[in-house]
Amino acid sequence: MKAFTSHTGVVAPLDRANVDTDMIIPKQFLKSIKRTGFGKNLFDELRYLDEGKPDQDCTGRPLNKEFVLNQPRYAGVSVLLARKNFGCGSSREHAPWALDDYGFRCVIAPSFADIFFNNCFKNGLLPVVLDEQTVDQLFSACEAQEGYKLTIDLERQVVVTPEGAKFAFEVDPFRKECLLKGLDEIGLTLQESATIQTFEVSHERKFPWLFAELRD
Amino acid sequence: MVGRTLYDKLWDDHLVKSRDDGSALLYIDRQLLHEVTSPQAFEGLRLAGRKPWRINANLATPDHNVPTTVSERKEGIEGIVDPVSRIQVQTLDDNCDEFGIVQYAMKDIRQGIVHVVGPEQGATLPGMTVVCGDSHTATHGAFGALAHGIGTSEVEHVLATQCLVAKKMKNMRVRVEGELGRGVTAKDIVLAVIGKIGTAGGTGCAIEFTGSAIESLSMEGRMTICNMAIEAGARVGLVAVDRNTIDYVKGRPCAPTGSDWEAAVDYWLTLHTDVDAVFDYEVELAAEDIKPQVTWGTSPEMVAAVDRCVPDPEQEDDETKAEGIRRALTYMGLEAGQALTSIQLDRVFIGSCTNSRIEDLREAAAVVKGRKVAETIKQAMVVPGSGLVKKQAEEEGLDQIFIEAGLEWREPGCSMCLAMNADRLGEGEHCASTSNRNFEGRQGFGGRTHLVSPAMAAAAAVTGRFIDVRDLMEESA
Repeated sequence: MKAFTSHTGVVAPLDRANVDTDMIIPKQFLKSIKRTGFGKNLFDELRYLDEGKPDQDCTGRPLNKEFVLNQPRYAGVSVLLARKNFGCGSSREHAPWALDDYGFRCVIAPSFADIFFNNCFKNGLLPVVLDEQTVDQLFSACEAQEGYKLTIDLERQVVVTPEGAKFAFEVDPFRKECLLKGLDEIGLTLQESATIQTFEVSHERKFPWLFAELRD
Repeated sequence: MVGRTLYDKLWDDHLVKSRDDGSALLYIDRQLLHEVTSPQAFEGLRLAGRKPWRINANLATPDHNVPTTVSERKEGIEGIVDPVSRIQVQTLDDNCDEFGIVQYAMKDIRQGIVHVVGPEQGATLPGMTVVCGDSHTATHGAFGALAHGIGTSEVEHVLATQCLVAKKMKNMRVRVEGELGRGVTAKDIVLAVIGKIGTAGGTGCAIEFTGSAIESLSMEGRMTICNMAIEAGARVGLVAVDRNTIDYVKGRPCAPTGSDWEAAVDYWLTLHTDVDAVFDYEVELAAEDIKPQVTWGTSPEMVAAVDRCVPDPEQEDDETKAEGIRRALTYMGLEAGQALTSIQLDRVFIGSCTNSRIEDLREAAAVVKGRKVAETIKQAMVVPGSGLVKKQAEEEGLDQIFIEAGLEWREPGCSMCLAMNADRLGEGEHCASTSNRNFEGRQGFGGRTHLVSPAMAAAAAVTGRFIDVRDLMEESA
C-alpha cells in the first residue's frame, strides 16, 4: 500500500451532506474486475450531464459546469473537503479507489460512514474528522481563496492552514502505523499465524459444527 | 461480572487477539462471496502468492449482475448479453474453480442473492461471524450472528487469514414494543427507525433490535430489519436467538445434525443480552404508532407515513437539512406539501436482499390477488431472492397470482435494487420499490425511488399511486 506521511494539496469543497457511495462511483462502473481506472468516473452523475457507460472515453462528454471539480480553479486538487456522513451506503471499495485514482490523498469531513472510512485506510487515502465548526471555517476559507491549500500531517495528526492555524485530529494508532509505513496488513496479520491457529483449534473444539463441509 | 450484550458475547467468542493499539483480530466463521467485490481480492491473493486460509469457510454465488429474464438466463454465463457483466460473473466462476470454493453458480437452483442464500442453506448459523463484501451483510444478524459488511481489501484479508482486523463497536438497542397493526410490516418498522435516528444514527454501533414487536416477527421479517441497519449507519444489526430462529435453521442443508445439533442449540440459546447488560444508546418505538411508510427523498431517512405529505424545506430549522430536502425534491420532481398518496408511479419493483423471501412474496401476492396492475404502470416486476424461493412460490401458486395481475415473474438476482443488470428505471420515472436505497441514480440514471414494504408496493402496482395498503385490505375483507 501507498504510504501517507504528510501531504500538502489544493482543496476542493463538496458542499453536500450524506454523499453516498452510489454518488461517488455509480454502479455501472463496478463491473470492472480491476482496482484502477475509476477516476474518470468519480462523481459521474454530478460531473457529467449524460449517463456514463463503462469503458467509455469521457473526454467528449458534456460537463456539468456547476460541479466543483469541473471549475478551473479546482484543477489538480488532492484534498476533498466534505460534509457529514460522507461515504454512506454500500461497502464498495471502488469509492476510495475512484477518489485515489482521481488524485485525492485526503478527505476531510465532520463524520464518515463506517465501511467507507475503513476502506480508505486500506488504500493510502486518509479520512480526517474535524468538528463541524472547523469544517465550516475551512469551507469559507477555501471558497474565498483560489488555490487554497491545506497540509495534512499524519505523523503529528494536524491539519495546517496556509495561515499556520493547526487543527488536531484523531486516528487509530494501528491504522496510523500502517499508513505511515505503507504496510501490507495481510502480511502483518500472517505474522500472527500461530496465534490464529491456536484459536482455531480451540474454536473447533467448542463449536465443531462451524467446521463442517459445505454442501456442494 | 457485569452482564454482556449479545454483541459482547459474539465478540468475546471470536476474539483471537486484542492488540495494545485498540485494534483486534476477530475470527471469521463464514465468508460469503459474490462477483462484484471479490475479483480484486482473488487477484490480490494471486499476486502475493497466497492461499485461502480455510477454503471451507467460503461460499459464493453470483447475484448483482445476473440477468433476470428467462430468455437471457437459459444459456448460463455465456448467455449474458452485457459483455462486462459476463466477464465479472465468469471471473467469479473461474476464481471459485481455481481456489476450490463452493459456488452456487448461475444455473444452480440454489443460486440467488447472497443474503437470501446463506440463511436458506443453513450456511448462516446463529453464533457465527459472517462477512461479505456487501454492506447488507447485516441481514445475517437476524440469526444472532455477528455479520459485517466489508470492503474488497478486507475480503482478501479474510480469505488469506480467516480474520478481520476490527475495533469493538458501541452497543445500541432499538426496542419496539407492542403489536403491529394490520398491513404494517417489518419493513415499515425499520424505515420508521431510520426516520427517527437518521442515516448516521447508528454509525459506530452494533444495533440490537428487541421488544415484543421484533420477537413476534418471522425470521424473514427479522432479516428485513437487520438488512437495513446499515441504512441507519450501523454495520451490524442483531436479533437474539429464540425458538423461531432454531425452528428456521433446523433441517437446512448445511445446518448441524445429531449430537452436533443438540450442542449447537444449547449454545445458541445463550445468545441473548443479559438482563443487567448496559447499552451505550437506547431508542424506543411503539409498534402501534408505526404506519405503512414511504420514502419521498433521496436518503432512506427521508421517510414518512403514507398518510403524510412531502415536507417543506422552509419549515426546517437546520440549514444543511433544509438544503438536503430542497435538493431531494428537485431530483424527485416533488412539491413541498404534496400528499404522498398523490405521487404517480411508473414502475414497481418487488425484490432485493431486503424483501425477496417467500414471506415477502406471499404478502405482495395477497394484495394483488384478483386485481390488475394499473394501466399507468409501465412495468411491475417480482424478482425472487433465490431459485429455491422461486420454486416454493411457484408451488404455492404465487407466480400465477402475479402473472394474472399483470406483474412480471423473474429469475433470481439483485436486479433493479441497484440496476447493475438490464433491469432499471428510465430518467424521471418514479418507482415503488421494496429495496433498501433511494439514492440518486441508484435504480437507473435519473430514476426516482420510493422505498416501501412488499404489501405497499403491491398496492401501488394495482392503484398506480401510493395508497395505504390497509384500505385495500378492508375492501377485500
